[in-house]
Amino acid sequence: MADMKDTILEYVKEEYLEDEDEEIGYNTPLISGGIVDSFSMVSLKKFLETKYSISIPDEKASPEAFDTVNSIVELVNEFLKD
Amino acid sequence: MAYSDKVREIYKEQLKDIENAGIFKQERFIHSTQAADIEVEYPAGSSLKKVINMCANNYLGLSSHPEVVKAAHEGLDSRGYGMSSVRFICGTQDIHNELEKKVSEFLGTENTILFPSCMDANAGVFEAILGSEDVMISDRLVHASIIDGIRLCSAERDTFKHSNMEHLEKKLQLHADKRLKVVITDGVFSMDGDCAKLDEMVALCAKYDAMLFVDESHASGFIGKTGRGTHEKYGVLGKIDIITTTFGKALGGASGGCVSGRKELVEICRQKARPYLFSNTIAPVVVSGVLKVLDILSRSTERRDKLEKNTEYWRKGLTEAGFVLKEGDTPIVPVMLFNAKLAQDVSRDLYEEGIYAIGFFFPVVSKGQARIRTQISAGHEIHHLDKALVAFNKVGKKYDILGKTKQAILDRYGQ
Ligand SMILES: Cc1ncc(COP(=O)(O)O)c(C=O)c1O
Repeated sequence: MADMKDTILEYVKEEYLEDEDEEIGYNTPLISGGIVDSFSMVSLKKFLETKYSISIPDEKASPEAFDTVNSIVELVNEFLKD
Repeated sequence: MAYSDKVREIYKEQLKDIENAGIFKQERFIHSTQAADIEVEYPAGSSLKKVINMCANNYLGLSSHPEVVKAAHEGLDSRGYGMSSVRFICGTQDIHNELEKKVSEFLGTENTILFPSCMDANAGVFEAILGSEDVMISDRLVHASIIDGIRLCSAERDTFKHSNMEHLEKKLQLHADKRLKVVITDGVFSMDGDCAKLDEMVALCAKYDAMLFVDESHASGFIGKTGRGTHEKYGVLGKIDIITTTFGKALGGASGGCVSGRKELVEICRQKARPYLFSNTIAPVVVSGVLKVLDILSRSTERRDKLEKNTEYWRKGLTEAGFVLKEGDTPIVPVMLFNAKLAQDVSRDLYEEGIYAIGFFFPVVSKGQARIRTQISAGHEIHHLDKALVAFNKVGKKYDILGKTKQAILDRYGQ
């Protein structure tokens, strides 16, 4: 699902980066790296749920699970399966 | 004894980490009143040094103003030292009520409720007025006390990019289904000194039926033609639903804060806000001082006008010297150094030159955004600013940063 990876990366860039920020990749730490703060995670979760028609329970939407684009893809796939 | 060696080690370790990260905070003891000229003991135990204070929130120079001090003395004599009670039991004097009315008049709002501090106002207001069906949409650079208030509230949270109105509008659309929506911002942002675009925000909030919350701590008393705040500057007096502000900065600098705005919201705070209900009333001496401050400010705009002139002079001087500044026109003037160590070195050298100005770096500001935040006061005279400019020039030359761009400074010193 290279496609999903890019879609999520694109969203993260658009939603969280300011013009002067540096580039980020699939493994850039988003939350522990201070790019996405805990309040701002909400919109990322909402985006994933709408885009992929899934529902992520709050306890699964942990800062660790949301920390990189790769881990987010993993999380989404987990819910796409069932 | 439960404070075992093992427990002690855990805390010692944490303190060491803070020191190793170079962010250990040390207090400097000031032996004088708060003013442009102060006497400082630093490091602890050393002899007193006379320096010019360039980092106080004493924007209007009222912290030690004789009229304010006199009014505080009179308040002390007539209303005593303390009240030993929260407001709603037996901690409300006539002057507390009077101050709430005077603040409402000054800010152009329907009603006001005092809090022990603006930190407390911000910590208590959201939980009091919102529930889980609601949403709080905050600017990503709001003050830490607002972040704590948001954390204490069960409403959904979201953010928008700093001062980015298109992004805010998207968020208002995204949350259109919520019962209540509150957009949250600082009026003047304390680290960058820029203003929220309150005219555009008022319009967006009207379009999407959202309330607007503005923290005016770094604006009340001097922003706008008559110093009412950022809402006056942007022509939206009377249109801000919730204002919080502090008496601990321009308005006398002692302590205390308030929530001011729509009367129903203020009344709900009086019934439900926990820092109001469960913390002691503001001391009569402070209330008396703030009353006098509002009296002085309503009489004349002389002090905020002088502050505006001082600010222009200071910004011009630093720009001509070749420093990189954050653009703006408020008395918060950040001198950008980008590198954390450079900011600390420059601050230390300025102190040697008799100028007291503090460096800020990550985590207080983003990485690569280290700076010296200077704050101008109506208590400064041109000779203070001239002396400070000489010192900034000298230190800037030493580090070879005058006339250098952000990139050139980063190339030389790194992030
Ligand atoms: C924007 C802002 N809000 C609130 C506060 C807290 O004010 P107080 O000192 O009254 O708690 C501050 C002070 O640091 C501030 O800068």
